[in-house]
Order: sequence, then C-alpha cells, then structure tokens
Amino acid sequence: MKRLWRWLIPLAAVPVLALLAYGFRVSPRDIPSPLVGRPAPGFALATLEGAPLDLAVHGGKVVVVNFWASWCYPACYEEAPVLERNWRGYRERGVVVVGVDIQDKREAALKFVGDFGLTFPVAQDLKGTVSVDYGVYGVPETFFVDRRGQIRLKHVGAVTDEVFKATVDRLLAEPASP
Amino acid sequence: MSRVALGIVTMLALIGSEAWPSAAQTRPAVNEDVVHDVAAQLRCVVCQNLSVADSPSEMASQMRAIIRERLAAGESPAEVQRYFVDRYGEWILLSPPRRGFNLLVWLLPLAAVLVGLAVAAALVWRWTHRRRSVPAAPVVVDAAMSERIRRELEGES
Repeated sequence: MKRLWRWLIPLAAVPVLALLAYGFRVSPRDIPSPLVGRPAPGFALATLEGAPLDLAVHGGKVVVVNFWASWCYPACYEEAPVLERNWRGYRERGVVVVGVDIQDKREAALKFVGDFGLTFPVAQDLKGTVSVDYGVYGVPETFFVDRRGQIRLKHVGAVTDEVFKATVDRLLAEPASP
Repeated sequence: MSRVALGIVTMLALIGSEAWPSAAQTRPAVNEDVVHDVAAQLRCVVCQNLSVADSPSEMASQMRAIIRERLAAGESPAEVQRYFVDRYGEWILLSPPRRGFNLLVWLLPLAAVLVGLAVAAALVWRWTHRRRSVPAAPVVVDAAMSERIRRELEGES
C-alpha cells in the first residue's frame, strides 16, 4: 500500500504536466480559421477613391485579400511594401491583391496608401461586415484565395516575401478548374 | 366644458393611436435584451476575456450592429450565433458547447473533486486508525507526585 502511494502521486502529475506542455506550445494567437478550404465570402465595397470593388470580378484569379489599418503599427507598415512589390511582380500573371481597411478613418487610410505608394485596390469596410464574414480578429490578416475561389491560407501578422511567393506560386501552379 | 375635455381626450387618443404604428414602422422590432444575450455569449475578438456585450471597442460595437441586423432580418438567436461560429470557430463562444472533447472542461474538475475527496477520506481514515492502534503510554504518577498535586489543588482554593 505504501509503495503504491509512492508511485501514484508522481504519476498523477504526468497528465497535468502533459497538458501544460501542450498548452504552452500552442500560441493563443494562432486560432485555426474554419474558413480555410471554404469559398471566400464575396463582398462589394467602394475603394478609398470611391470606385466599386467587387470580389466576384476577380474570379479565376489568385486573390490575396489583406485586412489592415493605418493604426496597426508596426506589422501593417512592414507588410505594405511587401504587398505592393509582389502585386507589381505578379499582377500580369493573374494575381490580384485587394486591401480591406478596417476600423479606420478615411483620411488616415489615404495617407497610409500615399506614404507607401500602394497601387492595388483598397476598400474601406466601414460597417465591419466583411471583417466578420472573414472571421478577422486583428490586423493584419491575409487570406490567399485560389483560382476556384477557395480560401487556401490565412496568414496572421505581417506577410513576408517568402510567404507571399511560396503561396501564390503554389496556387498559380494549380489548374483554374477542377 | 365637459364636452371640450372629452374632445381633447379623444384627440389625444387619436394622435396616440396614430403615432404608435408609425414609430413601430421606423424602428426594427428587435428586442435589445436578445441582442445583449447573443452578444454576451460571444468573445470580443480584439479584447482579452471580454464579451461582445461588454466591450467598448469599435469591433464589438460593429458586431452588435450585425447581431441586431440579423435579428431584425428574422434570424433566431441560435442562427446568429451559428453565423459567428461558422466564421470564427467555437473559439468565439465564451463557454464551449458541452459535447465531445469540450466535455473534459466540465468533467475534469468534477473528477478532480472526487479524487481529492477520496484522498482526504483515505488520509483521515489512516490518521484516526493509527491513533487507535498505538495507544499513548500510561502516565506514571508516584506517591510523591500525587501528594504534591493534592497540595497544590488545596492551596489554590
């Protein structure tokens, strides 16, 4: 009986330690999106200049939907040049970058676009409906949509050249129709 | 005089009945309590441990507006909740649904309490039984000591 107890108490700690080990290795910020593998929610917004921006127009292309805000420093400031550079590099190959500015003031957003010389279309999600449709919980978040309109990757945090190129190249290599 | 008063009362009643349906038309028939109930079960996505109902953030107020709109469009509170779960996953719910793996959250504390009670009971049993099996040694009082005790007790009174 005594010997059993001597083993049982340390053994009881094993599942607790395993749970802690699992918990500490999982980042609470990395929340798996249920949208990956599902069709990208459509939206029709207006760009900062007032032109209509409808996602449906870009069907058949690889679409990169980037949620950002001018107050999101430094991550959005880090990725803005990356997005612009890759948009210029890939736009002739059937890739569209779409910026969605959320929880922002129009003037601040225009200044941001001007400062970074962004040339890809940027729309403002004034009511937050598009953000919620995409399950956005922070900025920046970037969704890579394949040519069949399926969300294939959700990237949380600043997009890097490596992530952009690797993902877009992979999606471009796929056939447009199943 | 009473005729005038009756006229005024009738007029007011007419204005009242007239005003009521127009007010109901301009405002969507959404019970704010229902909006609050739905919002209270959703996690505010930009805060730490706050519900959409409690958060003053812009994102939460936009989410409350979306809840209100969907309820006004005739969706049930459960459907509105499913809309958010579809997009954010179960993570958005402040209390996870009681099924599958999530049941651990409810069952583990109960199991821990039961195990704790069992351990406490076992320990108490062991302590009480050890005392009974090893009786304290009898106190030996010799004649001189009992004499002294008697004296001291008498001296006190």
